[in-house]
Amino acid sequence: MSSTLGLYNYWIVIFLMMVGFYVVIAHGNLIKKVVGLNIFQTSVFILYITMGKVDGGAAPILDDAVTVYSNPLPHVLILTAIVVGVATTALALALIVRIREEYGTVEEEEIHEQDESL
Amino acid sequence: MIADNLPALQVVVPLLAAPLALMLRRGIYSWLLAMLTCVVTLAMSIALLSEVMSGGTITYRMGGWAPPWGIQYYVDTVNAFVLLIVAAIGTVVMAAAPTSVASEVRADKQSLFYTAYLLCLAGLLGIVITGDAFNIFVFLEISSLSTYILVSLGNDRRALTAAFQYLIMGTIGATFILIGVGLLYMSTGTLNIQDLAMRLGPLSESRTVQAAFAFTTVGISLKLALFPLHLWLPNSYAYAPSIASAFLAATATKVAVYVMLRFFFTIFGIEFSYEVMPLGTVLLVLALLAIFAGSLVAIFQDNIKRLFAYSSVAQIGYMILGISFASQTGLTAAILHLFNHAVMKGSLFLALGALFYRTGGVNLANFRGLGKTMPWTMMAIVIGGLSLIGVPLTVGFVSKWYLVLAALEQGMWPVAFLVLAGSLLAVIYVWKLVEAAYFQSPDDEAAAVREAPLALLIPTWVLVIANIYFGIDTSLTVGVAETAAMGLLSSGGAP
Repeated sequence: MSSTLGLYNYWIVIFLMMVGFYVVIAHGNLIKKVVGLNIFQTSVFILYITMGKVDGGAAPILDDAVTVYSNPLPHVLILTAIVVGVATTALALALIVRIREEYGTVEEEEIHEQDESL
Repeated sequence: MIADNLPALQVVVPLLAAPLALMLRRGIYSWLLAMLTCVVTLAMSIALLSEVMSGGTITYRMGGWAPPWGIQYYVDTVNAFVLLIVAAIGTVVMAAAPTSVASEVRADKQSLFYTAYLLCLAGLLGIVITGDAFNIFVFLEISSLSTYILVSLGNDRRALTAAFQYLIMGTIGATFILIGVGLLYMSTGTLNIQDLAMRLGPLSESRTVQAAFAFTTVGISLKLALFPLHLWLPNSYAYAPSIASAFLAATATKVAVYVMLRFFFTIFGIEFSYEVMPLGTVLLVLALLAIFAGSLVAIFQDNIKRLFAYSSVAQIGYMILGISFASQTGLTAAILHLFNHAVMKGSLFLALGALFYRTGGVNLANFRGLGKTMPWTMMAIVIGGLSLIGVPLTVGFVSKWYLVLAALEQGMWPVAFLVLAGSLLAVIYVWKLVEAAYFQSPDDEAAAVREAPLALLIPTWVLVIANIYFGIDTSLTVGVAETAAMGLLSSGGAP
């Protein structure tokens, strides 16, 4: 397989990263922004997991029959990053609930209009 | 036993105190615990700095695991100095907290405020002390998440939108750093900072490493609010509770500047950052833009917390300018300004907290006749303002002096001139306040305002006096900053 297509994981990473980033920037709906942020973060998780894969390597569980293992460290790192991502999402959603209580909307433009009329 | 484990305790103590503060439920008890924690943290950071100054770098293996597998804490002069700044500001601001927080944060949310404050402190200290690149990301997120909570506790509803905006931009910044660290791990197979520095040396042509450099640079610049990535900062500082503004303005961006120094000089090395990559030019241009854009926008602000937030953007520009020179004097100026700016912004935001406590607002209108009604608070603001301008006998002068020296050393006359011109802009926005406070008479309502309580004045004036003291007796700060700069310049790519 050619090296460009053989590394298709990285193409997926870049695609997801750009999709997520675009959603964060382009959408005015706060919930959609959080969804975009999640996609963006997920792409990085895939990046880490991909780099841990060793060609022909088995899952990193000690066994006499196996000589080549995949690298488990990126997986451990990304578990931490997933936890961070969950915490960020939870906090963002909590903030959106509070914003909705105060402004009655989750659309960025409408929030700006209300603030300027103060 | 305790002395051996100081580096770990520095982070663990506030981290463990945070949930305890939440469980105490009553605001004042939580404050007592938080205050105690801050004092202990400060004592530990002083002990660490004196140990580093006399005995050299300290390394600490978390859980006894040897690097590069285990996480190593690594304390040299730069970190020890930044640790001291964070812990000291954290303590002084915390001393002012109970009065101000009681009036600005709802009673049932107060212990939550102290919990978030302690978590933020633990995160900031962790970023500074750790010697592991991924660990930096984790602590960065701990401090960021608690910062969003602190900001959102402000009593204006715009605090919520400011916190949300900060969350989005902060997370993007942190994720960029995560990508950068991932790419570094991909090309070197290690996360330990010393190990990374050693293995990156021969890889300067690698496209992966160059991409990692770009990602971390953008990510860190977002975190330290380098122009034009500063958009989250003004609203966050303007609508957060006064105590949170004082703490964040004085510490959070400083820690990000430290991360920048660590990545550029220790991990990537000065040759890669400044010769293979055009970092010097990029930072120079952005720093100058930050100085002028920040100061100009500050002049037109009516909300004074926002005004000082924009002035922070400009002051960060001065630090980055020092870094962009990559010379001994330039780095000394940047590290000095790190300390000096923490002291001045801490005192200014605390004084604004006192003003808010008495008048319920921090707009220019609230300043009318303040020279008569709240002379001590106003005096603190004036001295802080003079320091921002860089008037002799204040700390601001010392750092500007080194910055101009560094620019002249490089033969950059126009830059030195621009630094001075930037100071003139600071004169304009500080004068706005002075004019309102001393030359306008208060209306009836404002005339009834009394001086702020001592509980707020004393911490403010501790910082104001530090402002003057370190402006006159510079031997301590300049000495430490010079050693730190020397350490950074010799650290990159070293075996």
